[in-house]
Amino acid sequence: MAPTESAQPWDPTTPDDVRAALDGVGYLADDTLATAILLALRMRRPLFLEGEPGTGKTEVAKALVAVRGGDLIRLQCHEGIDAAQALAEWDHPRQLLGLRAAETAGSLAGDRPDAEALEANLYDERYLIRRPLLAALAPAAVPPVLLIDEIDRADDEFEAFLLEILSDWAVTIPELGTIRAEVPPVVVLTSNRTRDVHDALKRRCLYHWLDHPDPEREVAIIARRVPGVGESLARQVAEQTARLRTMRLTKPPGVAESIDWATALVSLGATRLEPDTLNATLGAVLKYHEDHQRVTSMGPDQLLDGP
Amino acid sequence: MSVGAALTGPPATFEAWADELARLLRTAEVTVPVDSVLTFVAALDEVGAFGRQAVHDAALLTLIRRPEDHAPFDASFDRWWDGRTAPFSPGDDTAEAEVTVDTDEDLGAGDEHGDDDPVPALRFSNIERLRRADLADCTEDELDELHRLISLISLRPADRASRRRRPRPNGDRVDLRRTMRAATSTGGEVMRWRHTSPRRRPRRVVLLVDVSGSMEPYARALLRFAHAAVSARGRMGVAVEAFALGTRLTRLTRELTERDPDAALSLVAGVTADYSGGTRLGEALDEFVQRWGAPGMARGADVVILSDGWDRGDPDVLDAAMSRLGRLAHRVVWVNPLRASPGYAPLARGMATALPHLDRFIDGHSVASLEDLAELLGGNEPIGR
Repeated sequence: MAPTESAQPWDPTTPDDVRAALDGVGYLADDTLATAILLALRMRRPLFLEGEPGTGKTEVAKALVAVRGGDLIRLQCHEGIDAAQALAEWDHPRQLLGLRAAETAGSLAGDRPDAEALEANLYDERYLIRRPLLAALAPAAVPPVLLIDEIDRADDEFEAFLLEILSDWAVTIPELGTIRAEVPPVVVLTSNRTRDVHDALKRRCLYHWLDHPDPEREVAIIARRVPGVGESLARQVAEQTARLRTMRLTKPPGVAESIDWATALVSLGATRLEPDTLNATLGAVLKYHEDHQRVTSMGPDQLLDGP
Repeated sequence: MSVGAALTGPPATFEAWADELARLLRTAEVTVPVDSVLTFVAALDEVGAFGRQAVHDAALLTLIRRPEDHAPFDASFDRWWDGRTAPFSPGDDTAEAEVTVDTDEDLGAGDEHGDDDPVPALRFSNIERLRRADLADCTEDELDELHRLISLISLRPADRASRRRRPRPNGDRVDLRRTMRAATSTGGEVMRWRHTSPRRRPRRVVLLVDVSGSMEPYARALLRFAHAAVSARGRMGVAVEAFALGTRLTRLTRELTERDPDAALSLVAGVTADYSGGTRLGEALDEFVQRWGAPGMARGADVVILSDGWDRGDPDVLDAAMSRLGRLAHRVVWVNPLRASPGYAPLARGMATALPHLDRFIDGHSVASLEDLAELLGGNEPIGR
């Protein structure tokens, strides 16, 4: 079942419901992830997904939107991100313009502008620039999915700020008052673990470490995501990717890379991995020159034949 | 679904049952706060308490927050789940915390300190030359002179942006309040925009000085450097912390605030009982990360380790501590006095283990190299990863 725009909101009651629905939109989740998503939805807690790049963390949020409907609101974190960029900010130039416009209109009409009314007008919501966190609190038919991507790139101070919002689902803008979400959004936080996120934030969340999928699941994922890929090619790609991951490369390939690789091979009309097609498509899997050199120096035959 | 119905055995409340697992985890050195246990109970209310997989996943998602804890979790969970119908006797919860310490006594990498042919001692009255001389090769008189030079090194740690803002003429954001206040003097007409930029705060610096036996020729000079750095904190609102690494970890910050370097160093000698003792670098670093670093001291800080990388402990402990440190700190800088020797390669097992986790790996054998270190800490140069 995958009700996208139906009147009844999607309300899974078992991990199997979740898995079936995600399956319907092309995301293959394992048991623990399905349970994690179920609990996040039912307990209204943020889902904290941590793992190597390319293990499908961001895709979870996208798949949830595909299943539930509603908006995907994405907040990409970076070093130095602050409340104004994440929450809301007054549009000062427009406020001043508005003030001048009112003044001019008033003097043309010949009456004195009412200072108090003018000022109240200045802090009208139309002068407020809504950033992702505020947008996520706005009322909606289907509560949005808020994706807070790569939280490990933000600073400690921002984490503390986020903790506040994720606990109360409310923010206070001094001139407007407190804005509270009637129904909290579904929140997915992701981290590549380039640094440890504070324990307090993780404790607010359901924490799940996403590993690379096992070869069986990866074959299924490739078969699902790459149209026209044969079973044997998908299996070869999954096996070779799994082997590359054990080679201590600078950037071990993730699921995203194995999908790219299979897509590249299918575009070339390959039905099997051969030494020449392997060489031609290696760039889809290995993103560092050093890694590339290391694998090609082994010789494709050796790579294809086994360790 | 009511969760209480799931219980077949004699245990008291459902919370108590969940708490059993938390206690098992704690004996396996996994941190489990009480509110996580309550979250776990709430999660069981959703998934039921019958299926092993469901309960396993609910516990994993609510009680565990680090992939390193997965292995102890699985062991504790098996124990807990298999024993769930038995009466929970209070004496039964002593999990065997299996700590297999890899006692690898084969130090195959070789005795690499000490057997380097000493570089012929440099004897120059010229201070400029002395600054570049290897501290291990200097005479007592020269050392006295060099120690004086070290005390003069001033550390100005790099800035980091804080959340607060301050007025700045070419700041990146309009300061509406000041703009409007200035406009009142021109009849409400805005003549000049005022701006703000983020306030700057000095970045914390943490110095970890190896005082084990193999570091003896350098330890005194490095402690003097630490003294010079720590004394800077009073002057500029700088936060500098110093620790001694030996067989144990000792915090030196308080001792080093003593103004006179010689008095400070004798205070330090009083608290570092293991001065010139053996090296347990991994364990000492692990203790630093657990007790000080993770609770806040290392977060966003520049962490400097001054050591030859000679470790007799378990390399896995060092690897785990360095990896954690690398994720906590802004930069991890390793200063190794041996690095300047001709033909040096980081072969000491500890050094080789730590190397992948470092942002910078630099010399520390001479006064000039310590000046470079102070420069690096102030330079705020882009980090390599």
